[in-house]
Amino acid sequence: MKKQIERIFENVIFLAACTSVLCVILICLFLFSSGIPAIGKIGLKDFLSGTEWNPGDIPPSYGILPMILGSFFVTAGAIVIGAPVGVLTAVYLAKFCPERILKWLKPAIDLLAGIPSVVYGFFGVIALVPAIRNFLGGNGYSILTASILLGIMILPTVINVSTEAINAVPESYYQGSIALGASHERSVFFAVLPAAKSGILASVVLGTGRAVGETMAVIMVSGNQARMPSGLLKGIRTLTANIVIEMGYAADMHREALFATGTVLFVFILIVNLLFLLLKRRTE
Amino acid sequence: MERRLGRIKAKIKRYRKNPLSLVLFILVTASACITFAVLLFIIGFILYNGIPHITADLFAWEYSSENASLMPALINTIIMVFLSLILTVPTGVFAAVYLTEYTKKQSKLAAIIRITSETLSGIPSIVYGLFGFLFFVTTLKWGISLISGVFTVSVMVLPLIMRTSEEALRAVPESYREGSFGLGAGKLRTVLSIVIPAAFPGILSGIILAAGRIVGETAVLIYTSGTVAKIPSGRDFMFDSARTLSLHMYVLSSEGLYTKQAYATGAVLLFIVLAINRTSGFLAKRIMKGNKGWRK
Repeated sequence: MKKQIERIFENVIFLAACTSVLCVILICLFLFSSGIPAIGKIGLKDFLSGTEWNPGDIPPSYGILPMILGSFFVTAGAIVIGAPVGVLTAVYLAKFCPERILKWLKPAIDLLAGIPSVVYGFFGVIALVPAIRNFLGGNGYSILTASILLGIMILPTVINVSTEAINAVPESYYQGSIALGASHERSVFFAVLPAAKSGILASVVLGTGRAVGETMAVIMVSGNQARMPSGLLKGIRTLTANIVIEMGYAADMHREALFATGTVLFVFILIVNLLFLLLKRRTE
Repeated sequence: MERRLGRIKAKIKRYRKNPLSLVLFILVTASACITFAVLLFIIGFILYNGIPHITADLFAWEYSSENASLMPALINTIIMVFLSLILTVPTGVFAAVYLTEYTKKQSKLAAIIRITSETLSGIPSIVYGLFGFLFFVTTLKWGISLISGVFTVSVMVLPLIMRTSEEALRAVPESYREGSFGLGAGKLRTVLSIVIPAAFPGILSGIILAAGRIVGETAVLIYTSGTVAKIPSGRDFMFDSARTLSLHMYVLSSEGLYTKQAYATGAVLLFIVLAINRTSGFLAKRIMKGNKGWRK
């Protein structure tokens, strides 16, 4: 009897463990099977490199290049703004911060990660958009606004993963450098950081994934015009925004094209994730 | 005081000899300051602008286009969190038990499970939303409803629960298990009455973190649980559309008609999420302390 219960329990937890595998399989299956036929109908080249997205026209055009470039520019902007600040903050937390301040700063980073993306978006709308409009011109809903907001949003990811990477470097690297007469700063930057290189790179890659996939905050501040990017202060639409904005009323081929947009986004994310896993493995 | 002055003087002297070090020091400190200034500014800005607009109207039981009440959305959020956790906590915790207690760290299956869980945690919420729409809403014909939202969100937070539970279970000292086996307990008994209770604060911290994530999610739910601002009721309540608080916030701020209410809702949402987040952090800290206590 007891053995039977043990056996049953073992099976139950085995099933539970397989749930995540099942979920990944289902997600891949559904996203690919609903996106690929649409891409086939539109034509891979027309879909990925078409510069017109006009599902309402006759004949309709389904080119997502504007959205791919939109996601690309916004993400690149976020990395340019967020990555240096994030990595340097991580250096501060790992090597410069006194213990009694660290006690306060660590929860603060968690808070930054915990703020919901619609609250970030709302903050963008009421604080960043008017600021950009007043100081730099345009209507404020722009690539720059979205980049700044996303730059802030990826900070906790970059900081946490980088801090871990820096802390994982053996203390002897630092001590050796100090013993050779280098200052604290030089030891940290020229002995410890190079050793944590791939971990830091991994943090930036993970941040990239976050930025590409971010939806609500970007929709709220980026203007969402489905056209080719034409300037830092002009609006654009990202892949994620395209799905959310049009899914509500899309039908037939239009809807399938949106699924296909999701498939493209998913493939980008899988590539970014793979890169992250590879980098992380190298650190270990 | 004098000693401190002396120390600062020595520091200045050192930096004068080595300007690069000074530049690096300033860069690092400035970055940290920027990060925390931004955090404080965002939280301060939202709360400062929102709190004055919080009125009793906002918590009216029924939503109407006049009061833009957040009450139904708040209750829907609680229902959503509760039902999702019922699904995902046993699954996630048992999966973590499998990974830590029932299989070797190097086994192939464990590696596959870990990779899939990491893949899941990297998938952005809109992709989950799309998947939920394709699978639960369309293929299973559940429609845009509470239950579709619950299932989609559960898949989304599963990796989070798995990871935090696994960490908590691994932190349980091996001696607990050995002690339990030594007293003649079986594997099942050891796991259920020794290992899981010992890891409980850590598991709970992960669960609370997951709750916070669900409260804050929007993109997942917009096309799975929908935007109807009513509390689902009746026999088929699971199949009614239900708007959660962050979706409510999004609708308010994108309609542009309810600026004041949007400010106030933002403050309430932020407050709830931050409170949840701190509770989780507090619990996580307590286990760290607890473990240290045991080692002594």
